[in-house]
Amino acid sequence: MNRQQKEKIFKITFFIFALTSILVLGFIVFFLFREGLPIFRSVSVADFIFGTGWYPTYDPPEYGIWPLFVGSIVVTFFASLIAVPLGILSAVYISEIAPAQVKNILKSIIELLTGLPSVVLGLFGMVVLAPWLQETFDLPTGLNIINASLMLAIMAIPTISSISEDALYAVPQEFKEASYALGATEFETIVNVTIPAALSGISTAVILGMARAIGETMVVLMVAGGAAAIPESIFDSVRPMPASIAAEMGEAPFGSGHYHALFAIGIVLFFMTMIFNLIADYISHKFREAGSATL
Amino acid sequence: MLKIAKLFMFSLLGALLWGANMVSAGQTIVIKGSTTVLPIAQAVAEAYMKLHPAVNISLSGGGSGEGIKALIDRSTDIANSSRDMKGEEVKLAKSRGVNPTSHQVAIDAIVPIVHPANPVKNLTNEQLSLIYQGRIKNWREVGGENLKLVVISRDSSSGTYETWGEKVLHGAKVTPRAQLQASNGAIVQAVSKNRYAIGYIGIGYLNKRIKALTVNGIQASAETAISGAYPIARPLFIFTNGEPAGEVANFIKFLSGEEGQKIVKREGFVPIKR
Repeated sequence: MNRQQKEKIFKITFFIFALTSILVLGFIVFFLFREGLPIFRSVSVADFIFGTGWYPTYDPPEYGIWPLFVGSIVVTFFASLIAVPLGILSAVYISEIAPAQVKNILKSIIELLTGLPSVVLGLFGMVVLAPWLQETFDLPTGLNIINASLMLAIMAIPTISSISEDALYAVPQEFKEASYALGATEFETIVNVTIPAALSGISTAVILGMARAIGETMVVLMVAGGAAAIPESIFDSVRPMPASIAAEMGEAPFGSGHYHALFAIGIVLFFMTMIFNLIADYISHKFREAGSATL
Repeated sequence: MLKIAKLFMFSLLGALLWGANMVSAGQTIVIKGSTTVLPIAQAVAEAYMKLHPAVNISLSGGGSGEGIKALIDRSTDIANSSRDMKGEEVKLAKSRGVNPTSHQVAIDAIVPIVHPANPVKNLTNEQLSLIYQGRIKNWREVGGENLKLVVISRDSSSGTYETWGEKVLHGAKVTPRAQLQASNGAIVQAVSKNRYAIGYIGIGYLNKRIKALTVNGIQASAETAISGAYPIARPLFIFTNGEPAGEVANFIKFLSGEEGQKIVKREGFVPIKR
């Protein structure tokens, strides 16, 4: 076997590996659509998405996912409201301000947070946070939007923080030096130079964090309360889309309308996370060259 | 040459392991399905395997629909179900050449539960129905404290929910404000932490952390469930493909026999034979 042949074998091997992951994804998407699309024979796309009644097991069934859709959006919104400032500010602190030792400790703690299984967070929300919320605010239930948003925020913070930190780290040293040379303080430099230069990376971080929150299943299944109604306050229970799929798939009769409807929810989720990823991709490409010329 | 020898050794070893595996797994019964039937199946399977060490029982939950689906796919020997099979499912099974045969193994009584601190002791079937439709909104309306009612229900596809909908709601829709939990255990967990809540569970899941309500003044028990006096009770089934044979038939005989039914009772369900 000569060098060229070896080289060729390597190339083919890696090509096969790359192809496998694409094929697997392709199969999953194909399966998702094959199982989900039949529902639209019995209900129109508009009625499916904007219908307000989710009664898939009644006769006649109602397949309106609007309450579930709103549930997903609401918990993701509030989770972002908490996670975005915390994630970005902790990234700024770690990358720009913290002394080396503190930096290392903080970084590993945040990475540890990434590895925390979502079921553990869910359990925490269910048995610790929910009773506490309920007693402290005298609520009818502790399994609600706030609880779910807090838990989702904890899941999204590591994503947002670590990607933002990479973006901040990549800002060229000359920018900061130039700022200092003009007499700017450390604070002014961070706010006016470093963060704007890293903005594309930070935006990507935020969007990926949100995508993580919207697709998360276990946490919302355990702590969001599971009411398929459009919420009227932040202390109401909701039933985000992934929770519906997880809770109902087990007992939905195979091949029934309910079964197809659950896969169709999967299609909606697929498009939502895809849109998030496309936006993230667009931002990171469009604003990639945050070089000296763009400032 | 050495490489080839090594390869040969490995494949030999592999074949040996595979063979050994085949022998020990000689008699395997696969059981799948309803989480309501799961505690019964688990206890009975353990007792059965103790008596018949050569038999290996692989047991999993997933829900009634999942079990029936597996039976239709021929990936399980026994499907546990807390409901009878639906017309759609029977049709699908027949079209795949599977002939589902039902065996009743126990009776499940479903019990409304509240937080132990709740002063309400009894609700009528009518009151339960109105509560679950969202038309009674405060505990005061049924003789309790002035607290908002938090309705907790099972997810819409569980067999327990179906029975509740049939026996209590008589087909009326559960309020969309109802919190849905995915298992009996999750309902116990939620109700035990919430003074405002009402939920319902299989009689086998009752414990000290929650309070069972009487329905129409009748306490849920084996006697009242069998006599039909307690209004919210239903049979639990296992399904096989055709008449069971061999080890599966033995297992079912054990389950519906004296010993199996004793276990059913110990797990908090109501035995079919006494």
